[in-house]
Amino acid sequence: MKKIGLTIICALALTCFGAGSLFAKEIRLAFDSDPVSLDPHMQLSGGMLMYSHQVFDPLVRWTQEMEFEPRLAEKWERIDDLTMRFHLRKGVKFHSGNPFTAKDVAWTMNRLKESQDFRGLFEAFVEARPVDDHTVDLITDRPYGLVLSLATYIFPMDSVFYTGTDAQGQSKGLINKTGPSFANANASGTGPFRVTARQHGVRTVFDRFEGYWDKNSPGNVSRMILTPIRNDATRVAALLSGDVDFIVPVPPQDQDRIERHNDVKLVTMSGTRIIMLQMNQKRRPEFQDVRVRQAIVHAVNNKGIVDRIMRGRATVAGQQSPKGYSGYNENLVPRYDLDKARRLMKEAGYEKGFEVTMIAPNDRYVNDARIAEAIVPMLARINIRVNLQTMPKAQYWDEFDAQVADIQLIGWHSDTEDSGNFTEYLAMCPNVETGYGQYNSGNYCNPKVDALTLACQTETDMEKRNAMLREIEQILYDDAAFVPLHWQDLSWAARKNLEIEKIVNVQDFPYFGDLVVK
Amino acid sequence: MFAFLVRRISQAVFVMLVISLLGFSIRHQIGDPVRDLVGVSVSVAEREALRDELGLNDPFHVQYLRFLKGLLKGDLGQSFFFKKPALDVILAKMPATLELVFCAGVIIVVFSVPLGMYAAIRPKSFFSRLIMGGSIVGVSIPVFLTAILLIYLFSVILGWLPSYGRGELVMVGGWQTGMLTADGWLHLILPSIALSSIMLPLFIRLIRSEMMEVLETEYIRFAHAKGLSKVRVWLVHGFRNTLLPVITVGGVQIGTMIAFTILTETVFQWHGMGFMFLEAVQRADTSLLVAYLMVVGFLFVVVNTLVDILYGIVNPKVRVSGRQ
Repeated sequence: MKKIGLTIICALALTCFGAGSLFAKEIRLAFDSDPVSLDPHMQLSGGMLMYSHQVFDPLVRWTQEMEFEPRLAEKWERIDDLTMRFHLRKGVKFHSGNPFTAKDVAWTMNRLKESQDFRGLFEAFVEARPVDDHTVDLITDRPYGLVLSLATYIFPMDSVFYTGTDAQGQSKGLINKTGPSFANANASGTGPFRVTARQHGVRTVFDRFEGYWDKNSPGNVSRMILTPIRNDATRVAALLSGDVDFIVPVPPQDQDRIERHNDVKLVTMSGTRIIMLQMNQKRRPEFQDVRVRQAIVHAVNNKGIVDRIMRGRATVAGQQSPKGYSGYNENLVPRYDLDKARRLMKEAGYEKGFEVTMIAPNDRYVNDARIAEAIVPMLARINIRVNLQTMPKAQYWDEFDAQVADIQLIGWHSDTEDSGNFTEYLAMCPNVETGYGQYNSGNYCNPKVDALTLACQTETDMEKRNAMLREIEQILYDDAAFVPLHWQDLSWAARKNLEIEKIVNVQDFPYFGDLVVK
Repeated sequence: MFAFLVRRISQAVFVMLVISLLGFSIRHQIGDPVRDLVGVSVSVAEREALRDELGLNDPFHVQYLRFLKGLLKGDLGQSFFFKKPALDVILAKMPATLELVFCAGVIIVVFSVPLGMYAAIRPKSFFSRLIMGGSIVGVSIPVFLTAILLIYLFSVILGWLPSYGRGELVMVGGWQTGMLTADGWLHLILPSIALSSIMLPLFIRLIRSEMMEVLETEYIRFAHAKGLSKVRVWLVHGFRNTLLPVITVGGVQIGTMIAFTILTETVFQWHGMGFMFLEAVQRADTSLLVAYLMVVGFLFVVVNTLVDILYGIVNPKVRVSGRQ
């Protein structure tokens, strides 16, 4: 009896020792929020996609150089204008132990088409048709150039695991935004981590999946504990005091400090979220005059905003598309020029100026309210008196949709990592039926831009497509369709022994599966 | 006593109804909960469908009556964000807040009573001046600033105490407590100090001024003249009589302290009701907000009733109404 007890103690001690120091690399993460659900199709948001990359795997994913990297799809080829064939990786297992096959891709595609958040993105897709167990065809209803970009959003789910009914009698595959569901609380993907404990909004524990297919991944993290820390100062303090190992986002005012610190490091990257002002032509006849719009664009010192308010942690913008996007047009540079702005106002007959209203959120984008406040004196110099109101995002978007003000601030990230998405939502003529121009509160409307944007959607010749996208940017620039401000930087900070520079990317989906901890 | 309780309960019901009506009428000003449920690119029609499903498009009185009906069954509605009954969410967060308020309360009592008494008995001494000066500083620094200063000093610079969260927790019959582990206690220290930093100076000053007044009265002089020991005069004759106003204020302040936990909890990422409330505001989780207002209103009523009962015990001259 004594012997058995001793053995147990020895075994326990060994396990503890082993788990504590030899192999295990446990890291603690602090984000500003945690995944809203364990169901990857619950919400189309950065936080949920970040989570999807940990627990699931996409067919393909973006590299830091904005190229496609094979994941669950090993290779792909275009069969015809409407069909792209994906050859799937063999020997991949889900967390539940079920094998991964083409059926799971087909099932996931159907679910994406049902999801309120994703079905808009997958509108052009008809289905994923399995050819055999490890080959699947993605079929679109029109020639479509962005099949691969959207394949980064296809995270195959374990169709066997999610089939059937749960204890409440609901289907396990149900996407329920308003109440409990099986998929909200359970997950089975092919990803590097499994969720082993979760207290919504408090703590989520990710354990490395023993059967993960990617044996070549250098990643050696065995456990991640994610705690959301909402308050910026506390999140930074937690990193500096060693209570957590990784934080995102890093507030701009603390970035210099973190850079100077001995134990932690800061990694930043120029971001792709454009911050802009929209000038409502329906509300203000003055804004219908391109000279007035140009005057405003020329009066806004966006370089000054980046230097002083963003402390250099942003890139000054002259267009929607950031560098690296297919529509990026290098000729379109920022245009701050006060003299020219005054001249344009005079030409347009508004030398004396006028009064406008403006709204901006105060908790949505980095320093959003301060940026908006800086705009007021800038426009005052060309005699446009601005009545600014800022408000929390919970209230902002309703006001934005109702177009309650003449100038409205918005930031936009292209879900497809493609320039066309900007124009579809922000610059096409607003149309309730098609949904185009849904966030175009400036009511800028140019049939030529609409025609080009629609043509891009069905153009599969990438050279031709890119030329069209660049032309769209040129037209928007010449028309001063909006006031471009900047692309805000992405930032991450971690302890020095975490090699995070290799796993972060411009999409802000750190690939924690590949993280090396020294 | 019975009549008193009946009256109190009927008052409470009335108060809760008013709170629920107020909460319901402001909730549309807070924002649209559907926005937080969906991504930005979801179309207007999709959002409308979701609003219909949630019953948010029904007229005000229909929604309110539905809420009251649920209330009779003890159902305060469903949180949009947590996708669980709002009452369950609040009750799960309540232990964290109560533990924090309890610890802060202990700090306040342990320090304010001796310090306040000392400052009253020796008003001119250097130490008394130090206490009073310090209390002015304490009162004037906002609690979130105190909290951040504490974190930077004790976590970042000195590295003695953890910077956020509740640490290791133990479940004791549905009550998630941090008071049974060393780690949990370490995590309690800074938030409790931060939370007490506003109330402690207030109570020191209150006890001091009340006690100074009492010490001037005839019966204290008489007690001294009778030759009673100084300690007995201070504690039994002096301090006991200063307690009455202190309890009155204290009762109200316990409620206020629950409000102050909002700031403290946010800075320390302390998962209690206050933090939950602030997040619910930011997410426009309106059903959770209304439920929170109801629960806090209920707590206020309970605390005030207890204070009234305690009154009679401390000073038998004061009788609770209905107990003639």
